[in-house]
Order: sequence, then structure tokens, then C-alpha cells
Amino acid sequence: MVSKEYPRIGETMLHARLENGLHIYVDQKPEFQKSYAFFAANYGGMDMKFRLDGVWQDTPAGVAHFLEHKMFDTEDGNALQDLAANGASPNAFTSSAMTGYYFESTEKFYENLKILLSFVSIPWFTRESVDKEQGIIGQEIRMVEDDPDNQVFYALMECLFDHHPIRVPIAGTRESISHITADTLYACHKAFYTPSNMVLTVAGNVDAKRVIETAREILPRESGGRIERDYGTEERGKAAAPGKQLRMAVSTPIFQLGCKADTAPAGEERLRRQLVSELACEALLGTSSPLYADLYRKGLINKNFGYGFEQYPGCALLAAGGESREPEAVRGAVLAEAQRLAERGLEEAFFQRLKRSGYGARVRALNSFETICIEQAQAHFAGFEYLRFPELYADIGREHVEECLRRLADPERWALAVVRPGGQA
Amino acid sequence: MIEVTRSELLPGVHLTAVHTKKFKSSVLGLQFLLPLQEETASLNALVPMVLRRGTREHPDLEALSAALDELYGGSLEPMVRKKGETQCVGFLGSFLDDAYTLDGAPLLERAAALLGEVVFHPYTSAGAFCPDYTSQEKTNLIDRIRAQINDKRQYAQLRVVEEMCAGERFGVDKLGSEAAAAAIDCAALWTRYQEMLRLAPVELYYCGSAAPERVRQALSAILAELPQGAARTAPGRPARRQAPDVPRLVEEAMDVTQGKLSLGLRTGIDAWDADYPALTLVNAIYGGTTTSKLFLNVRERLSLCYYASSGLMKYKDVMLVSSGVEFDRVEQAKTEILAQLDQCRTGAFGEEELEWARRSVVSSLTTTLDAQGRLEDYWLGQSAAGLTEAPEELARRVEQVTREQVVSAAQKLKLDTVYFLKGKE
Repeated sequence: MVSKEYPRIGETMLHARLENGLHIYVDQKPEFQKSYAFFAANYGGMDMKFRLDGVWQDTPAGVAHFLEHKMFDTEDGNALQDLAANGASPNAFTSSAMTGYYFESTEKFYENLKILLSFVSIPWFTRESVDKEQGIIGQEIRMVEDDPDNQVFYALMECLFDHHPIRVPIAGTRESISHITADTLYACHKAFYTPSNMVLTVAGNVDAKRVIETAREILPRESGGRIERDYGTEERGKAAAPGKQLRMAVSTPIFQLGCKADTAPAGEERLRRQLVSELACEALLGTSSPLYADLYRKGLINKNFGYGFEQYPGCALLAAGGESREPEAVRGAVLAEAQRLAERGLEEAFFQRLKRSGYGARVRALNSFETICIEQAQAHFAGFEYLRFPELYADIGREHVEECLRRLADPERWALAVVRPGGQA
Repeated sequence: MIEVTRSELLPGVHLTAVHTKKFKSSVLGLQFLLPLQEETASLNALVPMVLRRGTREHPDLEALSAALDELYGGSLEPMVRKKGETQCVGFLGSFLDDAYTLDGAPLLERAAALLGEVVFHPYTSAGAFCPDYTSQEKTNLIDRIRAQINDKRQYAQLRVVEEMCAGERFGVDKLGSEAAAAAIDCAALWTRYQEMLRLAPVELYYCGSAAPERVRQALSAILAELPQGAARTAPGRPARRQAPDVPRLVEEAMDVTQGKLSLGLRTGIDAWDADYPALTLVNAIYGGTTTSKLFLNVRERLSLCYYASSGLMKYKDVMLVSSGVEFDRVEQAKTEILAQLDQCRTGAFGEEELEWARRSVVSSLTTTLDAQGRLEDYWLGQSAAGLTEAPEELARRVEQVTREQVVSAAQKLKLDTVYFLKGKE
């Protein structure tokens, strides 16, 4: 076990690698009542095509998410109930690149950890239970189809990317999930849920040694092979389509404006790119940018306006959206501001202010065990140290952010998705 | 480790100071407590939104955002909350804790000063709120009220409360109504703001590493401009109403693919009652957890709903059941939801179910101490109600509740209103 200190932010991260290849990270916080454990597979909605034992597999959209639902079934019942019965709050999620299972508890932590590690590593599917789940997930997909935020997000993904699987809804469609069988689930579990393709992160009132011992006791000895994934050929440096419009029962138009960004290689460069791009995003349209104040004053955006920069293997994007009466006007203003900043650059005082604010926001985010554990897991899969952000931050100069802004200023990278009122309420 | 001090800074002005070093941020808040009323709800809600637009010292959003950036990206959000029949409006800020600033400079006093500025020194023109800010925020408020329809799950909950509590103060939404918001003008808003300053009880809140005495000083300094003299009367405990003999049925049609069924029940018990802890267990057994009857039967066993859960309004004797169902299965779902309620009333739950429920309620209360946001919200509710019980004290009472007490609390539950959001033919 290795202990890494991050004195500037008052954190210590303990790290161990088990014989079976599983990496474990523990952030001990004895002053808290609760503890949080997060067990994740490097497998998400976009991992549909992959090579296992030399054979390429093409799986229907929605398998990773379907698997997440079914993993809670055990030979003796349901792990969700076992954890809840111990006073733990368990749950799971599937994102584009990751599937994570977690619980938070104030008592019986190690017992709960055993349950978590065990149900995630031992699959138990029957034809009957898979059939039943088709119905439950079908309902979930319907619910998502009624959710304008979700619909506008996927519309944007379709506009930005030519073929990258980030375009495909994580839960799949009612049609695609109808092709999922118990065999599909077993095959994907075998491929992705191996110690070397997973990570365990824990934060809270725990003893790291006992966490490691528990993992060693419960998890399989075999490591698992390397999985090759196919996300298609490299995406072009411009949006696939400039825009898309949908109609739904909403009160005001809802929009997502996106910019296709270049992908960064795995490793610390991924984190650096993230920090630089976030600063560029703040400078361009962040809550303290001149543009934000102007759009707000004109009533073109409201408090619901949100934005972020996201990176996945094979794709990266900046997305900003919310409600607006005139989404096209927002698009025009953002693009004009991007060009202005690309030409004129940033004022040093403005840049320093944004840096200070971004640093504070990242440190404050460490209050959440969920954030620590999920970010640490993502960082592990992407090959960097999550808590190194203060050092990287210190080295970011104005010129790095300006360079990023110049790349973002290309109008061909941008797309706008809008949900307009129309499905009548 | 966590020490809570409550003190009266001025007549009707209280400070709840939570002293702890476990967080990276400190939280600072100021709320006015007002009776929730149809005539004033929208006006009250609009006040903090307009105040947040600019101050004498920082006249616009850009200037305010810049000031917050200097405080390491602190936030200062206008808040509107409903605690029983009390409307709480004001600001909640989150700032980097003094321990983590890059230059070691303390932030509390500067953050408190900024809070004071926003509440007491609005940017004015001709002795009242600036007309531009007022009209823009009024539009935003109307948009927010209209946007409630976008999230159908939430909307169904709002509607059942509105129908069930029509004529009661609790039936008023925290944002008021679209018509009331549309009728607001500058003069009325300014008058309301002045009344608020003069007559409403004020709740100040701090949670962070600073000692209570330092917090008292920092916050007393900003109260210099609060008008003195008139009595500040707290709104008090909500009135009770009986459920009708025959539950009311309300149906609404909209362009949705999944139906939403919401049930409103009168519990006859609120936070002031000695049997409130028993009621929290009734709710957990019935629909509050993933080991609850609604979850296990209506969702898992019968697959009638994608979700089915219940929740309590702590400061009003109301319980809401929320579910998402296929249109043609709504009757079946309703019958089953009510059948499960009867199981609770007749004591048809095992020792295990009771203990699962107890662990879940206790754990949720204890972990409140680990989350700054939830802790602030908990104390605001208690302060508005004039109650002083801490989360860990309520947890201890929950530990003592007997099966008989749970059954007797369950027997007080009575169905009042059923609301169903269905699709268009």
C-alpha cells in the first residue's frame, strides 16, 4: 500500500494493487459518520463493439445499462435488498464510459463492502428475470423519452459526432434491448467485469487495510484479459450537422449548444486538457464572463443555463444549454464571443480571477465522497492522478487557455439542438 | 466534533452556527421567514432574485460574479423554500474554507460582507428596485413557474398538493402562481421588500471552521442596517384539515408516453407531534426505501410501475405517493398501492421490515451531519418551526419506536386526493 499526500488540499490517498490486477484507492476520513464505496467497471454505453478472445463482438445498444440493472440479482435474492436491510443506501449508474455500483453506510461497512464486491463479480441471470427486466427498462426508456433535457442532449450528440457511439442513448431503445438475452449479459460480464478492468474507490470512516483484505478475500484470483474496443474511425474536427429541432410538451424552448473538441491522449495530459478547457469555457460563457452577463440581461438565458467540458475515449465536447426563447441568438452570440476572444486574447486580471475561482470550486467539490470516489475511478481509467489538479492548475498560463479558445472559435465545430414547445401541453 | 450554537443576535433574528473542521467549504445563509400566502408568495420569491442582480457596490451581475471569483469561486444563490406553511426566502452561500485559500487570507468576513451587501444594499434607481432588473427577473419567475410542467414527475406532485390543499396555505406553491407573478410591479415589490426587512423573522446560518464568536461578530456587523422596532412574528404551525370521506379524483391529459399517478394522504401527524418518529417509520416501511412495500411489490414483484415511492412533508401532516405507470395499468397500480397501505395499517409487516426501515431512517438522519447542504436545510426547517431537535436526537427517538406505535401512526393515514396525468387520446 502506498500513501500519497496532497498537503495543499489536506488530502491523503492510499493506493494498492491486488495480485489479481485490481487497483484500490482509499481516502480515510475518520471525522465523518458515513463511508462510501464505489466499485466500477471500465465499461459503459459506448462500448458496444469489442474484441474478446480474438473474436469481435457487436452488441445491441443498452447492454451495459441492462447489465447494471440485472447485477443486483443474486442466487439467493437481491443484493439491493441485502444492502438496504443493513442500513446502506446502495445504487448504481451507467454512463457512456463507465458502470459504477456504490453504497453509503454508517454501520456494518465491511459487511456491506463484501456484499457489493460479491454481487458485482458473480453474475446470476435467468431467462425469466431478463424478460421481466425488458419491461422495467422499457418503462425507463419511455420516461427518458418524455424528458426534454435528455432528448435535447442526444440530439446534440447526433449533430456533433459522425459515428462515435456517444451518439447512442446509454439505455438503448425499446427495440435494441429486445435483442438482449441472458447469454449476451453473461458474455459482456465475462469480458468487462474482471479485476484488471475494474477499480474500487472508498472514502470515509474506514480502515484502508481492512478494505484491501476484504477485496482480496471476496474477489476472483484471475485478472482477466485485455479488451480491445472499437469506436469507429477518428472523428473529423467539425460537427456532423449544424443543428436539429424536436417538438415536445415544454413551456419554453430548451437547447444544448455544443462544440466538438479534440481528444487528448490518456494520462496526465487528459487532466491538463480538462482544466484548460474548463477555464476556456468559463472565459467564454461562464457565470462571471461578460457574455453571460449580457445574455442574461437580454433575457436570452436564465438561471438554468449550465455548461461543461467532457472527455471520453475517442471524443470530447463542450456543451452549454438551458432554456431560451431564442436559442439561435445564443448560438450567434457565443460564436461571436469565441471569435473575439480568439483574436484579442484574455486580460490577465480576468484570467487570474477565473483561475482562482476554478481552483476553489474544485477544492470545494472534495466535500462529496461521491465526487472523490467517482472522479478517482475515472482518473484511474484515464491514467492520471485525480488529486494532482492543484499542481497542474498552478502551471496553466493565459496562453494555454487562449490557444484552446482559438480552437473553439471555428464555427464548423459547433452545433445547436433545440426542443421547441409543440407537442401540446 | 460538530458543535451547534443557537443565539439571538437581535429580537427575532437568530443565528445557528455549526462549528466543524470536516468540510472544505463553509456555508453562510440568511433567510426571511414568511407566512406562505397566495397574495404574497410570488412577491416574496421575486425579492432575492432581484437582489441578486446587483448592489450599490457591485451594480451588475458581472461585478458580483467578479467579487465571488475573488472569494475562490464562492456561490451566493437566491433561495425560495417551503417548510410547512412557512415560505423561506433569502440567500445561501458556499465559500472555500479559510484553511484552503492559497494565500492563507480568511474569507468569512469578506463573504459575510458580500452577503450583507446583497441583502441590504440593493442597486436602486429613484429610490426603488431598478425597473430593468425587476422586469427581467419577473419574466424569469414566470418562466420558472411555467417550466414546472417540464418535469412530469415533479409536476404531478405539485398538482396533487395544489388540488388536495386548495384553500389551505400549504396548497400555495413556493413560487406562487403565474397570475400573481404577472401582476407584480416595481412599487409593490419594493414595498414587500421593506416589509420583509421590518417584520419577518431572520434566520442566519453558518457551518465551517470558524469559532462561533467570530461568526457572531462577522454577521452582527452586517445587521446594522436591519430596521428595528416592530415585532418579528414567526408564521407558526400549520392548521389541520380532515380528508374527505370519498377521496377526490383529478385527471389531466398531456402529450406524454408514460402516465404519472400521485396520491395525497393526510397523516394527522407533523414534526411537532410526539409520534412523528413513528410516522417516519411508517413512511419507510410503506414507500420510503428500496426495502419498502411499494418498491418490492408494486415495482419489483408486479412490475406495475417504473418507480413507486412515498415521502413525508415534515412540517405539514401530508404524505405523497409518486409513481410512473403505463396508462392502461393505472387502476391496477392504484389498487395495489392502496392495498400495501392497508398492510401497514393492519400491522402486516415483519420484524425484519421494521428494522430495515429503522436502519434507513436512522442512517439518513446521521448522514445529514456529513452533508453541508442537507444540514443547512434541516436546521432551516427546524428554525422555521421553532423546534430545536438535532438530527442525531431525532435518530435516537426513532430507535425507541415500538411496533405498536408504528401501527397506530399508520392507522391515522387517510387518502385525500388521487391525481393522474394521462396521455392524450
